[in-house]
Amino acid sequence: MTPFTAILRKDLRVELRTLRSLPAMALFAVTAFVIFRFGLDRTSLDGELAAGVLVPTLLFAALLAINRLFVAEREEGGFELIRLAPIDRTVLFAAKASALVIYLVVLELIAVPIFALFFLDTASGLVPFALVLVLADIGLAATGTVISTIATMSSARDLLAPLILLPLLVPLVIAAAGAGEHLLSAGGPDYGGFGKWLGLLGLYDLVFLLVGYATFDFLLED
Amino acid sequence: MTPPLALENGGYVGAAYLVFLLLLLIYVAIMASKLQRIQRELSSLAELADRPSSGDPDHDVGDVHQREHEIEAVRQGGRR
Amino acid sequence: MATALQQITLRRLAIVTVAVMGAGYALAFLYAPQDATEGFAQKIFYLHVPLAIVSLLGFIVAGIHAIRHLRSGDPKHDARSYVSIHISVILGLAVLLTGAIWAKSQWGVWWEWREPTLVSFLIVFLLYATYYPLRYAIEDRDRQARYASVFAITAGAFVPLNFLAVRLAQPYIHPRTFSSSGGLPGEMLLAFLVCLAGMALLWLTLVWFELDAKAASANLGRIRRALEAS
Repeated sequence: MTPFTAILRKDLRVELRTLRSLPAMALFAVTAFVIFRFGLDRTSLDGELAAGVLVPTLLFAALLAINRLFVAEREEGGFELIRLAPIDRTVLFAAKASALVIYLVVLELIAVPIFALFFLDTASGLVPFALVLVLADIGLAATGTVISTIATMSSARDLLAPLILLPLLVPLVIAAAGAGEHLLSAGGPDYGGFGKWLGLLGLYDLVFLLVGYATFDFLLED
Repeated sequence: MTPPLALENGGYVGAAYLVFLLLLLIYVAIMASKLQRIQRELSSLAELADRPSSGDPDHDVGDVHQREHEIEAVRQGGRR
Repeated sequence: MATALQQITLRRLAIVTVAVMGAGYALAFLYAPQDATEGFAQKIFYLHVPLAIVSLLGFIVAGIHAIRHLRSGDPKHDARSYVSIHISVILGLAVLLTGAIWAKSQWGVWWEWREPTLVSFLIVFLLYATYYPLRYAIEDRDRQARYASVFAITAGAFVPLNFLAVRLAQPYIHPRTFSSSGGLPGEMLLAFLVCLAGMALLWLTLVWFELDAKAASANLGRIRRALEAS
């Protein structure tokens, strides 16, 4: 990567106010887990129920994070400054998407162990599941960066971003929950179908990183 | 193989094709109202085109009655 | 070849569409044999599946128009993209409705999560339904068109991925799909292909029709502005 990317990433990370928003995001995830405990009336989860609680919770936390990161930046004018700078706009896409991935990974490092503490009998499936989550995060970041950029430039930005994003993220949910159903099963991780979910995630990431890379320029030109 | 047209369960088939036709008809109706709007706009523009293009800067474009009188006056004048 | 293309007018296209669709459905009902397991209700197949295929292709075509719009900046490509999505959404609605009716006749339920085409379509439909609020929420014409194009490209790339994902999510045991038992015998295949061609022509006719209407409105706007200025 070029030095510009490195500088940009550092700048963005500071601008992300990672420390400020993360506690709130983690709190959201934990509270959601509590709600699920009562909503499902279960104290331990495994297999498809475990995946069914963990994946959507992370998804909604990610949506809140995207809202926080991109919308807030737009309102504080940080976006304008970067637009005026004479740098390749696709670098901006790479930087923003990377920042979002990092953010999501940190969020998961907090939320997933707490989930295990609350609901899982065996945590051995979490290691392969971490790989699944990282791949999903990359896809989420690619699509999320494009769509939230579109949304922040519109008038209904709060509503529009999740509305457009949720259907787009369904394949990621399918893959993550599908993998989680096997990896988080009661008897320890079961690798049935693991390859196909990784393949789907990889394909999704590739396609949407490409789409974002190719179209981001057009979102920022005047 | 059974003959092509044995009609049990005909209700569902009919319903499906009917739904499709209805959607098409609704689309036609919407396009028809668009066409009506275009026709109305067209005739109002025809009136606009008929008034004298004298480029009078004081001419009040918003005054429809004024315009109708002027069109009538021009027509009368043209006939003599 | 170029002059041959020029001979294609909307009127001629519409006539050909009617002819092909008429032939297709005549074949479907009077020529193709009835499916042994599904009975007469299987005839919905000749409506539902062509609708689905044409609608999906329409979304992808819209993505291609969007790419051309971004590359050239010419608003006519944006208009084509917009109208393509519009017509495909309408056909998509028809897919969901006819699918529900077919599901009811086959399995006694109005919705079936295990039918991959139906579920994928629901997701695609939900996505493209956001196209309208998206356009509506951006005031600046030029930016609106550009953003809509980026959306159309993203969504177009999404369509095949989504189908793959939903198919992969199907349970291995007892999947319920609309696909006919075994392969299609020759007569059914012929009828199906003609119906498919007819549906594609219908899509083209409707898109062309709507583009003409939009162009007419736009021209009227220009004329009005010119007249009011003089």
